[in-house]
Amino acid sequence: MRLPILTAVLLAAALPLRAESWDEIVAAARGQTVYWNAWGGDERTNDFIAWASDQVEAQYGVTIQQVKLADTAEAVTRVVAEKAAGQDADGSVDMIWINGANFLSMKEQGLLHGPFVADLPNARYLDLSPGSAASVDFTVPVEGYEAPWRLAKFVMTYDSARVETPPRSMAALLEWSAANPGRFTHPAVSNFMGATFLKQALIELTPDASALQGPATEGNFDAATAPLWAWYDALRPTLWRGGETFPENASVQEQMLNDGAVDISMAFDPASAAAAIEKGLLPETARAYALEGGTIGNISFVAIPYNAAHKEGAMVVANFLLDPATQAHAQDITVLGSFAVLDPAKLGEAERAAFNALPTSPALPTLEALGPTLIEPHPSWMTMIAEAWAERYTR
Amino acid sequence: MTRAGGRWLRAAVLAVVALGLVLPIAAGLWGTLAAAFGHLPAIGANGPSLAPWRQLVDLPGALTSLRLTLWTGFASTALSLVLALAAAAWAHGRFGPRAIGRAIAPFLAVPHAALAIGLAFVIAPSGWIARGLSPWATGWDVPPDLAIVHDPAGLALILGLVIKEVPFFLLVILGALAQVPAAAQMRAGRALGYGPAQVWAFVITPQVYAQIRLPVYVVLSFALSVVDLGIILGPSNPPVLAVAMTRWFLAPDSGLILPASAAAVAQAVIALGAIALWRGTETLVSLAGRAILRRGRRGRTWSGAAWGGAGIVGALLLLGLLSLAALTLWSLTWRWSFPNVWPESLSLHTWARPGAGWGLAALNTLVIGFVTTALALTLAVAWLEGEERGGLARARWAEGLIYLPLIVPQVAFLYGLQVVFVRLGLAGGIGAVIWGQALFVFPYVMIALSDPWRALDPRLLRAAAALGAGPMRRLFAVRLPVLLRPLLTAAAIGFAVSVAQYLPTLFLGAGRVPTLTTEAVTLSSSSDRRVTGTYATLQSALPFLVYAAAFLIPAWVFRHRRALSGETG
Repeated sequence: MRLPILTAVLLAAALPLRAESWDEIVAAARGQTVYWNAWGGDERTNDFIAWASDQVEAQYGVTIQQVKLADTAEAVTRVVAEKAAGQDADGSVDMIWINGANFLSMKEQGLLHGPFVADLPNARYLDLSPGSAASVDFTVPVEGYEAPWRLAKFVMTYDSARVETPPRSMAALLEWSAANPGRFTHPAVSNFMGATFLKQALIELTPDASALQGPATEGNFDAATAPLWAWYDALRPTLWRGGETFPENASVQEQMLNDGAVDISMAFDPASAAAAIEKGLLPETARAYALEGGTIGNISFVAIPYNAAHKEGAMVVANFLLDPATQAHAQDITVLGSFAVLDPAKLGEAERAAFNALPTSPALPTLEALGPTLIEPHPSWMTMIAEAWAERYTR
Repeated sequence: MTRAGGRWLRAAVLAVVALGLVLPIAAGLWGTLAAAFGHLPAIGANGPSLAPWRQLVDLPGALTSLRLTLWTGFASTALSLVLALAAAAWAHGRFGPRAIGRAIAPFLAVPHAALAIGLAFVIAPSGWIARGLSPWATGWDVPPDLAIVHDPAGLALILGLVIKEVPFFLLVILGALAQVPAAAQMRAGRALGYGPAQVWAFVITPQVYAQIRLPVYVVLSFALSVVDLGIILGPSNPPVLAVAMTRWFLAPDSGLILPASAAAVAQAVIALGAIALWRGTETLVSLAGRAILRRGRRGRTWSGAAWGGAGIVGALLLLGLLSLAALTLWSLTWRWSFPNVWPESLSLHTWARPGAGWGLAALNTLVIGFVTTALALTLAVAWLEGEERGGLARARWAEGLIYLPLIVPQVAFLYGLQVVFVRLGLAGGIGAVIWGQALFVFPYVMIALSDPWRALDPRLLRAAAALGAGPMRRLFAVRLPVLLRPLLTAAAIGFAVSVAQYLPTLFLGAGRVPTLTTEAVTLSSSSDRRVTGTYATLQSALPFLVYAAAFLIPAWVFRHRRALSGETG
């Protein structure tokens, strides 16, 4: 009984922010520059962040400086390096676009500020009930240490000028690739998109998908993944370059689809094909589609490191990102095209109207065609699959 | 008085170099070394232990990475050297050194990463060459499934390195040739019945090589540890050791920092071991050369080699030019599908939006480049002036000091240095980046400036002294103005080196200081060649403009001074 109280007292002492009201946070944030560490490989996301900076500057006097990362782990490494040097305040990272393994790693090492999500006024639009998509990140409980900002869902992309009917299951994909050798590949498994592809296959092929919600262990891993490796052993020789080398990430594979070097690509964003056509990065005939039985989906979050120099500013930005107007702007396919993270049931009439007025495109699948959203397996599966894959196929 | 003043000046310069250059490298190496032996309290590792090394050896593909590193490093260096020597043999006597210098200047100015990004597009199965030949000659409606870029043997990486290193070797060979009485020896050799290529190979090359040994080691160390080229052109599964190590440093699992540090230490050992091995091979080659000479055979053997080498170098430079042209064309493109030779539609959309990022990156690049170069140039002038006034010859250890940052692989000390900088509260700012880059800019400026400085006709200074000019006046009113051209050339080289820095900018800037190079390398793994093309075009244009300025300013300033508008006055 005593321990929780002690912990709470210590937490309160360590985190003076908890005592502040939102107004005080907004006041403290004024004039701050938030260094938002975000993967910088997508020009539209970068543009969206620049737009958000203009908005929060006008509304709150806070500016955002995007630190463009090639890999989110760079920011984690930086915080680790700062902790190594004993820099426990005034850190260089104020906010990180984060997910899954990186979140788990930072949370476990106590590198995150929080919990702060409940303090954000716009958190009232979220469904934060236990087990909801916004309260679990790759099955790791969020517990208020990161705020959602965009929804992602696995889709495949193909060029309808070259492929008439794309394969809609992993079994069909193997058949298709065997019939069209060298015309399909997936991003490197060290990249999260490549790992997601294998996870999607795992959910379809594993004997008991519910086991994936628990941690992967030495005991259950082999049985759960045996069908996956059998399938992959058959698929790999049919891949582009015989499965000896892989595109670095989904962006590079999208460029290969554009060049015609492969016929199918994949994305973690249902609107990516429509967006790429809009930008001139894919032919007009590109289409996105989901697999039978649904595809993996997850929410992207922003987290604040424990030593961030501008915590208040970061909270203001996190709150701004949850604003229904911001979420509607982000869902516009001419802007980001990423689906809103808010609970539609909690939105008012006016807020819903903004979403209904958004433009559409033939490359954008309807919500119906997208099918159900499958929950991410526990992150340990991704780690163990990536390791097992590297061991099996990296010589 | 002046002699003592010179000693004092040199001591001050040495102190700056020791504190600013040697100390950070030593501290960085120490940090990396500690982590390699399992000591990094931040992630709960308290060494010493050998576990990181066992972990490193057990990482999938680690041995293949090592093999690839050695193969690409040695092959690219040896190939570049042989090609440059052959091309120099061919060009010598045909063109003056200044004409050659002007022809290779663009390739010296262009950063590795920009050239590699362009090259990757030109040679890829979906690239420009394939587009030029398809479908009429090849029958390809879609790009063929060929392993060209990111090929498992690292050939594309070797090609990229060779295109960039051959011009550098040509430059240092030209410099060395000025010290060799090549024309007289050629006449003597020919009179004895040897063919020109034989004289070149057996008489002139050994004298040239003795002078360019250090630059060769620098190139070897660089090729063994290059990261940005490895990412853009090299094999990916597994990559070369330096790329694999960078990935481990940046992996979500922070425990990988330990084996990554072990790999960084291994990288330093590999570089030093490779240099020792190269040194040993030099002896063998010279023994073999002497054995061949002793047989005394005359004739025109080897002369085909010079033509062949020059032809290959010409083709490589053409490929380089094509790469640069491809970058610019992509930056102006809207859509360009396979197999069209030219874009279907053009657009200025990326150039029209500097706010999207390239504006800030270009500004950072310019500011960092100019400040770093100014610092390095000031320090180099102070060093040389100190030597001069103190009447001191350059000691071997001082030479070693200058080359230290170029021979120890960057990856070996940058992570440790980042921790040091964070501890000092210096990380993440533009100042840290400037300091980090100066470590690499200073040596090149020093190398570029030393010879012209010493070659200055001492009578000019004696005359000035006789006319009553003090040491400061002699420096600012005589020496520096007369040396304007080499000073600006050294500055241009320094600027180009600064623009090209990738790892120091990434690590010491804590990713917060975007430059054209960091952004271009990041973008090279994205889907938009048009944006990458914009960054890479700017990245090559800035150093090129500075080179052009270094050429034009003295020509204009000295337009009425014929003797001064020459190479060194």
